[in-house]
Amino acid sequence: MLRISPAPHITSKESTQKIMWAVVIALMPAFAYAIYLFGQRALLLTLISVLSAVLSEYLFQKTTKREIRISNGSAVITGILIAFNISPNSPWWLPAVGSAFAIIVVKQIFGGIGYNIFNPALAGRAFLTASWPGLMAGNWAAPFSGTLSGLPTKALDGIAQATPLTLLKVNPAETIAQSLNSSYMLKALFFGKVGGCIGETSALLLLIGALYLFLRKFADWRISVGYIGSVFLFSGILYYLGKTPVLPLFQILSGGVMLGGLFMATDMVTSPVTIKGRWIFGIAGGIICVLIRVWGGYPEGVSYSILIMNMFVPLLDKISEKRIFGR
Amino acid sequence: MSLLTFKGGIHPPGYKYLSKDSKIKRIDPPDFVYLYLSQHTGVPSKPIIEKKDEVEIGQKIAEASGKLSVPLHSPVNGTYMGRVMHPHPLGGRKEAIKIKVNKEKTEPFKAKTHRDISDFPPQKIISIIKESGIVGMGGAAFPTYFKLQVPPNKKIKDVIINGAECEPYLTSDYRLMIEKPEEIMKGVDIIRKIVKPKNVWIAIEANKLDALEKMKGTSSLFPWANFAALKTKYPQGSEKQLIDAITGREVPEGGLPFDTGAYVQNVGTALAIYEAVYFEKPLFERVVTVTGNVRHQSNFLTPIGTSFKHLIELTEGPIGEIVKIINGGPMMGIAQADIESCVTKGTSGIVIQNQKEALEKKPSPCIRCGACVDRCPMRLLPTELYKYIEMNELEKAKELGVTSCMECGSCSYICPANIPLTQQFKIAKNKINRKSE
Repeated sequence: MLRISPAPHITSKESTQKIMWAVVIALMPAFAYAIYLFGQRALLLTLISVLSAVLSEYLFQKTTKREIRISNGSAVITGILIAFNISPNSPWWLPAVGSAFAIIVVKQIFGGIGYNIFNPALAGRAFLTASWPGLMAGNWAAPFSGTLSGLPTKALDGIAQATPLTLLKVNPAETIAQSLNSSYMLKALFFGKVGGCIGETSALLLLIGALYLFLRKFADWRISVGYIGSVFLFSGILYYLGKTPVLPLFQILSGGVMLGGLFMATDMVTSPVTIKGRWIFGIAGGIICVLIRVWGGYPEGVSYSILIMNMFVPLLDKISEKRIFGR
Repeated sequence: MSLLTFKGGIHPPGYKYLSKDSKIKRIDPPDFVYLYLSQHTGVPSKPIIEKKDEVEIGQKIAEASGKLSVPLHSPVNGTYMGRVMHPHPLGGRKEAIKIKVNKEKTEPFKAKTHRDISDFPPQKIISIIKESGIVGMGGAAFPTYFKLQVPPNKKIKDVIINGAECEPYLTSDYRLMIEKPEEIMKGVDIIRKIVKPKNVWIAIEANKLDALEKMKGTSSLFPWANFAALKTKYPQGSEKQLIDAITGREVPEGGLPFDTGAYVQNVGTALAIYEAVYFEKPLFERVVTVTGNVRHQSNFLTPIGTSFKHLIELTEGPIGEIVKIINGGPMMGIAQADIESCVTKGTSGIVIQNQKEALEKKPSPCIRCGACVDRCPMRLLPTELYKYIEMNELEKAKELGVTSCMECGSCSYICPANIPLTQQFKIAKNKINRKSE
């Protein structure tokens, strides 16, 4: 019996699994560094988070009699990203709850992989921030090397319990702004000697991981360049106009701009499929992030900016349709 | 050297090396040949012989019937056994003329001597081409005489001779360009004299630069020819993409090449025109690449109507089990239900796949990676189209241009979730066509 199937009779070697596991690999440099900075606590929290994500997915698929798809690696990514978005001082149950929420409520209830509207990790983080604001925004740990605020110890003077962004929000004094704009500070942010979420430390290592994804075309650089670029430009304009005391370089290196712009905005499922749509998605997301940071109530605007843009994806796909050949 | 190309497309592995160095070899016919009455676009041919008639190689055995049709010629000396239903490479069983091959009388077609055609008016040449049963040999098998009758209100600016051969594996056009460049060019000259274009382009993909050099080698005899190297990319040989690459003009949606002043013909067709016009040799044989999982991948000069089984045997057989036989290349070719399917005028090659190569991957949900959107040479949105077709919203699919889909297979090829996009679009197109009829 000859086998009959529709053309094409050859396919590329790409697969969903390959793409997802590549993202996991791309997050590894930052993960390894987080363990170095925060010790085995970072390792433990991340493992719990991943375990919770994968287990939630498995149990949901099992109880709803769907195909078990945990091996495609997408739940692992969500688990890692949830852990990356919490403080290394968090209690063990925090990432467990966050991941379970992200997988069950944000991903599976919408239909599972490919069907979710919001990036599960970001929506999970938003859920945790709303439910346990104290744990999510005021429970930081100093890194093993460096300080929580990123400033040299002698400059601390009673501001020791804040990350740079919180510092900026609660006390935007000129001296603080000067310290935040210092090349010492910017270097600390770039290489990762500053306190903060587990995965938001070293911009450099996140960039290395993202570069790997860009080269393999598993993430579209346009979204990242659009997002980070527009944070830089828009906050630069506001700096020039005197609306914010910090340099645009500080804006893109601090908080979650790198992690969000490189790894969460580029989530394929929740970003547009067209090139034009991706540019708009990234650029508009960056602007929203700066708006929240400068005028909003939160010190950080990355999660909400991307979540808001997630909602516009169908619209962006619609308005950025290419002209059909010959039409 | 700058390479011409179009936007989108994919880079599947070529596998041309398997058969590219195998010289074109005339093969002995099998015991029986089967000539489908329908092996071209248009109305099937009408048989004009009686059962038990002896037929000669090159003899007309069926005539054109209707507005768009061509005659058929016997590829062998033999006996007409009647009309039978025979498995057709495009699917199903179709009526075919069965001829028992006379194994005593195997001498090849006696070509007439090179005749002087300089005073033949275009109409006469077109009728010779029609009577010789010539159709497009790149796959679509569209009657060539019909195409050559360009409507008087359409001016042809560019004639493009398609030597792209962008389907993986296939090397029949490549071998022709290597072995018969001058003959092909003489065929092109005939086309040129009928169509009277401003420019003539010989377009070849950059993975066949030696063929391009061979063709260029004739340029002193044919100073009017332009030779263009195309980027190696699938589907570079698709008519619309080729016209775009060479001229920068897009064939309008629902339109034909001459709407944009272009005329495309395959190299094999140009050769067939040359042989028919100069030597009165009708189209009853063609080069077929037999490749993939067989011992000796080959380019056979094959009598039309030869079974795939016979061709596979001539390669000294498959390596291991034959799991899939593809009529044509692996991107757009058709998987055969029956090894007894026979070569038609449009069969450029057959590809044999083993268990591993023919493995079907299980589809999983779309992760919206956008690879299909990026690659679609018609700039469609396969992700959106697929959604609407799944919901049976055909009007919406039509609005989004599904009827422009040429089923090149690029989206299915690249999809990491192995979603059968191309197949869905094909089904949707059929449904839309049936509705409008």
